[in-house]
Amino acid sequence: MDKPKFIESANIYSQCKKYGLPLWQCPQFLFLIMGAVIVTAILTTYIVGTHYVNNPPLITLIILILVVILFVISFVIIKSFERLAEANRMKSEFVNIVSHQLRSPLTNLNWTIELLMSGEVGKIGEKQVDYFRILKENSGRMADLISDLLIASKIETATLPAKKEEVSLRKILDELIKEFALFAKASNVEMKFDFQENLPLILADSFQIKLAIENLLDNAIRYVKTNGEVSIKLEKQGKNIYLEIKDNGVGIPKDDQKYIFQRFFRSENALRHQTQGTGLGLYITKAIIEKSGGKISFKSIENKGTTFSLIFPAK
Amino acid sequence: MKKILFIEDESALQKTFSDLLSAAGFEMISALDGEIGLELAQRKNPDLVLLDLVLPKMHGLEVLKKLKEDPKTKEVPIIILTNLEGMAEVEKALELGATTYLVKSQYDLKEVAEKIKQILNNK
Repeated sequence: MDKPKFIESANIYSQCKKYGLPLWQCPQFLFLIMGAVIVTAILTTYIVGTHYVNNPPLITLIILILVVILFVISFVIIKSFERLAEANRMKSEFVNIVSHQLRSPLTNLNWTIELLMSGEVGKIGEKQVDYFRILKENSGRMADLISDLLIASKIETATLPAKKEEVSLRKILDELIKEFALFAKASNVEMKFDFQENLPLILADSFQIKLAIENLLDNAIRYVKTNGEVSIKLEKQGKNIYLEIKDNGVGIPKDDQKYIFQRFFRSENALRHQTQGTGLGLYITKAIIEKSGGKISFKSIENKGTTFSLIFPAK
Repeated sequence: MKKILFIEDESALQKTFSDLLSAAGFEMISALDGEIGLELAQRKNPDLVLLDLVLPKMHGLEVLKKLKEDPKTKEVPIIILTNLEGMAEVEKALELGATTYLVKSQYDLKEVAEKIKQILNNK
């Protein structure tokens, strides 16, 4: 049976969860705090008043009126906060629905192109294969974008599911280096991987961790200058696993450094080098790493390169 | 010839997939909604069922549950093939006895075909 509405709305924790806001930013919780502050203020004033003023009932009445006014004002303010939060939640939901709806036709498109390219339904010439490849690449790009948008909207509403499974960073990096080999070669980038043997595992969601590291490697290779070099280091540091991804690419200008983990932010020199990109990659990466109990930081000098450092607690 | 029942409401996907798998030597049976899918599963004895979740008339999870309750169909491997990727759906489907859960957008057509062959070979 459903709980009555007023009980549901009294459960501040579940209400705040709905908006995907932390407790101290949640309108309902703030309202409660404000109420408590006001009640304390009345009592204090009353106690002080009874000691120093001849007519306590009058003072109390005045204070009570003041409090009611204060309460009404704060209620209005908080209602508007709530509307804002609701609008934000709806926006995320909208992105979610649209992305899901876009996904099905895109999968159809992708799979149909693949079927045509495979030659199973009739022979096609080399020239046609080239054009089909362009189609496939572009539908793949759209699919990636949708996937990023979906993850970002889940991060925002705090509904990104996270499995806790044993993950070998070494294995993930081996896989990724293999997957990136062609892209690195085409971009004239040399990839190096230094690792300690027998490293402990970490507890995280392996699909998400792979995505997070993939974003960092993709950036390292993508924003390269001529003769690029990407060095990856994986080692144990105390109770943690330390992962470093260092490139000698275009770097991040000092003024942009504080914004790079924000949604949709793209540094101006990144835009100069690559017009494609959503500005969601690092936002997603940071959220995933922090959700797995890890930390991410970076150092960067413009035109010299960037080093990302990740720390994960070992299992 | 192994029989595959494909329960999926998108006719475009039905066509591409059926063409590919027919070419690979499977007999394809199509169902465009959950109810028909369930009926065909019971009547045609497929060797494997490919099941979408968001289906008209009967939700995929409901179809899955019914197939696993029926002694006639409960041994048939069922692959969930959907674009829903919520943890809740994955857990529920596996709990009900689905053999595997594939999110369409994360796989190529060929990879899905490979999985099907693998599961049929292991049967």
